[in-house]
Amino acid sequence: MSQPLLVAKGLVTGYTEPVIGPLSFSVGPGEVVGLWGANGCGKSTLLRAIANKARIFKGDLEQRPGLTLAWQVQQPVRLDEMPLNGHEYLRYAKASREAPPARMIPWLDQRIDTLSGGQFQLLAVWAILGGWADLVLLDEPTNNLDPEGQRTLAEILKTERGMRTVLLVSHEYGFLAQACDRVIDIAA
Amino acid sequence: MMAWDSLFLVPFLSGLLVAGALSAVGVLLRLRNEWLAALGFAHLAGASALLGLAIHVPAVLGATFGAAVGAVIKAIGRFRGNSVYALMILGGWSITLLVAANTALGSVIGHAMVEGQLYFAGMGHFMAAAMLAVTTVAGLYWLMPIVIRNRFFPGHDAANRLPAWRWQLPFDLLTALGMAVATATVGLMAAFALVFIPPWLAFRSAKNWKQVLVVSVGFGMAGYIAAFLLALGLDQPFGPVLVALLLVIAGVIPMRSRSA
Repeated sequence: MSQPLLVAKGLVTGYTEPVIGPLSFSVGPGEVVGLWGANGCGKSTLLRAIANKARIFKGDLEQRPGLTLAWQVQQPVRLDEMPLNGHEYLRYAKASREAPPARMIPWLDQRIDTLSGGQFQLLAVWAILGGWADLVLLDEPTNNLDPEGQRTLAEILKTERGMRTVLLVSHEYGFLAQACDRVIDIAA
Repeated sequence: MMAWDSLFLVPFLSGLLVAGALSAVGVLLRLRNEWLAALGFAHLAGASALLGLAIHVPAVLGATFGAAVGAVIKAIGRFRGNSVYALMILGGWSITLLVAANTALGSVIGHAMVEGQLYFAGMGHFMAAAMLAVTTVAGLYWLMPIVIRNRFFPGHDAANRLPAWRWQLPFDLLTALGMAVATATVGLMAAFALVFIPPWLAFRSAKNWKQVLVVSVGFGMAGYIAAFLLALGLDQPFGPVLVALLLVIAGVIPMRSRSA
């Protein structure tokens, strides 16, 4: 069996004090794993701990040596002025692994500050998914997405199964069940 | 034509190189919302140039040293936001006026730094401007993708345990070098205008990032050439003429309605 990319054992994490844990789980190569929990239960804090932005109080968080990470924060950076078009945005994100989904193609010639919130959210998620990192962390990727956008994102994630390793957190269980290989209830 | 007289050739070319470099660096400062950094470094450069002159150090060297020290302090102190630049502005302003008030040539030179002393630029200024231009082209070729990526995907470095100073410090030093050379060559507010107004116009009017660079550098250099000829022809101080001209052009060029 392939070596897991990430293994958490009795992990307790937070900032000045513990926010979530103890948690134990692992993520193997090519898996799309969902972390589910209610708003405020510490899902984002767990991703921040994996991305070295939160403190580990107890337990272990082991990463495969040489693991590269890509992390999409809960609210993608959206500036008042963003004079890049979609092609440039993806190029600077190094999202060159494969062509973007057909739905996004018409947006790529536009300045990204003219896209709707949902369009920009999908583009931002693809900028991370289309890159070369070994493990992709997505924090509430359905934010700003209408039902159509959520379906598109779920389809994108389904096609990534077996090819990309993705760990995503969301408070929407139905979306996770549709898009992921397995879902872990971190509040249980 | 008078402007192309050999007497003015070195000052003209020095300023032209500075205008191109600052207009390019300014687009990344605007993207990072750190354009106030330019004014902070310019004030430090002005103050340290005057302090240097008091001990017979050339203005270009003194200015560069002061601005570089500011960049290193910012990097080491890990300051966030614009507060550190406000402190640089206030500190630089205070030192400049105190040195100007207490030295024989200080008052004259202090005025020159603020108004611009372009027509007195010599080979030292030209060499510094040429070095700035080369450093800017090479520096931006390396830094631009990293700066843009970190602006839009700020968690990338931390997630991969990459220290941010590896690009933040070189970028601050490039900005500091640009503002120091520019302050000693075209004057403090003219330098700030070149780093602020062309990118401001370009961000509002360009359709993509490549156009942002072309519009900003093109506007900065064209505005500089026009101001040089105008100031010379009308026998006016260069700095205020450049600032006024850039403001007028930026105001009358049709732009997409975007807030600044």
